[in-house]
Amino acid sequence: MDAALLLNQLFNGISVASIYLLAALGLALSFGLMRVINMAHGEMLMLGGYLAYLTLIWVPGAPGILLAIPVAFVGAAAMGALIQLSLIRRLMNRPLDTLLATWGVSLILQQAARDIFGAIGVEVRAPDWLNDSLQFGAVVIPSARLFIILVTILVLGALALLIRRTRIGLTVRAVNQDRMMAGATGIDAGRVDLVVFALGTGIAGLAGVVLALLGPVTPSVGQSYIVPAFLVVIMGGLGSVLGTTVAALLLGLFSALAQTVVDVSAAQMLLLLFVIIFIQVRPQGVISIRSRALDE
Amino acid sequence: MSDAVTSQVPAADGDRAWRRRAMALLPWLLLALGAAAPFYLSGYNLSLLGRFMAFGILAMGIVLIWGHGGILSLGQGVFFGIGAYAMAMHMKLAAAGDGQLPDFMMWSGREALPWWWEPFASPVFAILAVFLLPALLAALFSWLVFYRRVSGVYFALITQALALAFATLLISRQDVTGGFNGLTNFPSLFGLSLADQTVRDGLYWTTLALAALGYAGLRWLLATRFGNLLRAARDAENRIRFLGYNPVPFKVVAFAIAGMLAGVGGALFTMHAGNISPALVGVVPSIEMVIWAAVGGRYSLAGALVAAVALNILRDSVSSAFPELWLYLIGLVFILTVTLLPNGVAGLARRVSRR
Repeated sequence: MDAALLLNQLFNGISVASIYLLAALGLALSFGLMRVINMAHGEMLMLGGYLAYLTLIWVPGAPGILLAIPVAFVGAAAMGALIQLSLIRRLMNRPLDTLLATWGVSLILQQAARDIFGAIGVEVRAPDWLNDSLQFGAVVIPSARLFIILVTILVLGALALLIRRTRIGLTVRAVNQDRMMAGATGIDAGRVDLVVFALGTGIAGLAGVVLALLGPVTPSVGQSYIVPAFLVVIMGGLGSVLGTTVAALLLGLFSALAQTVVDVSAAQMLLLLFVIIFIQVRPQGVISIRSRALDE
Repeated sequence: MSDAVTSQVPAADGDRAWRRRAMALLPWLLLALGAAAPFYLSGYNLSLLGRFMAFGILAMGIVLIWGHGGILSLGQGVFFGIGAYAMAMHMKLAAAGDGQLPDFMMWSGREALPWWWEPFASPVFAILAVFLLPALLAALFSWLVFYRRVSGVYFALITQALALAFATLLISRQDVTGGFNGLTNFPSLFGLSLADQTVRDGLYWTTLALAALGYAGLRWLLATRFGNLLRAARDAENRIRFLGYNPVPFKVVAFAIAGMLAGVGGALFTMHAGNISPALVGVVPSIEMVIWAAVGGRYSLAGALVAAVALNILRDSVSSAFPELWLYLIGLVFILTVTLLPNGVAGLARRVSRR
């Protein structure tokens, strides 16, 4: 394998990791807070993609894409808030049941998308500069991939600012560390759950816009990214943004490098093996909050 | 006043004892009803019932691990698939005849049989593989995860990734697995023609016998110390450790048994349906398997068995008439059973009969 191919794959890996990360951030945040996984999270990507498609029908061209980002964010966040209020809040402390109930939501949303937009999927016409590529010697970097990485860095930066520097972030960190104590100091933990959950689904909606610029939006577009995103959450450690980022990078790079040696399906098997081997070494994830609690 | 009270109590007790006896009779009634099915069902419907009963065997395994062990597996389709493919490989080799390649291998231009296909030519090996291969794989997989004390949601998600990887691998290896279409076209089973109705009746009774055996075996197992420890590990794993037990072997053995039941179910399904494909073993079918147990009642073996049959009859009739409707319906079933009926229909029946 020559150096150029390796560099190309490295870059590929980072852009794959970016999509995994955008899909996994919301999952990881609400998992850290509530210990529940929303199986309909992949459908938030799908929702974001379709909202981008609708926005671009309404406002074509570059302003449409700029407009699609807030529209998808707000739309997916609203859907997330609805799921949180109607379902997840009722299933507090029953994480496995939450998995099953939200899977039901995912099935319904997928079928609804199939009925509304058709099973084949819709195309969002990306602006020409996105189909370009930059060339450095033998290394070719498609602009679209660069765009994903940029969006991801922006989202991560904004999220870090929100969590580290704002009052909402303070309450999130407090509930994350100790729900009961946070409640005792007057923080409304239920509201924090709602805000974080909506924020997480909003980020997934935003990721959906990015995916729509890269390929067709289909009813099952979320399903293709969600399983790796779950693996990222498992490897990341409880609710840590940094841990999730590192895990996404590890998995994205591993999967891109594995694909230089074996085909896509074998790479998927290897990815799973990698995660199983990883938890032999660090079952608590990349980053874990040290605590004396026995039952997490 | 006191007379009225004392005269009421024995009556209520008698009523309850009668109900308990009726409940104990129910499995026997179901067994008799099932055993007589070849006499009142058409050949096609009998084959459907056999297929769904094979699902029921798998669903009882989910009751063992999920209801009693607290282990949610979203990857039972993998073990179902291993049993199904093991049996299908044997039937495919039998159909091809000695030294011949199965038809789909010739179509995809393969020259020789892969080495791991060869032992499946022997019926004894194939039957052993149906029971042991899923159990061994389930044991190895779950041990790797459980002994690092990874469980709960993490375990569920890892099993889902396993289901995805398994189905993708099956689809991509067209030349040795039949790819997306899977394996199909089995004229005979252990030298007997599958077109013969008496053979099909025998196959059905074998399925029923295995389902009954699975039910009785699991009932016994769940009443032993093993069952108690499994439930204890579900409710308070750390407390079990403080008491000096290692819960890992219990969970691994339970998961292996559930894997074996899934494999047996898969093999029986393949014999009844005459095909197996990745569409039956991937992420979506695997999670639907859990809903059979959830609707029946996650703690109830009989509930899961009956619900697996009933839900699949429903699916068969709904999805042939309105294919779009089925996904909405099953989605709603997921949401409603979990929120309103966490103990399923069996839990509801128990609550009503205690009243």
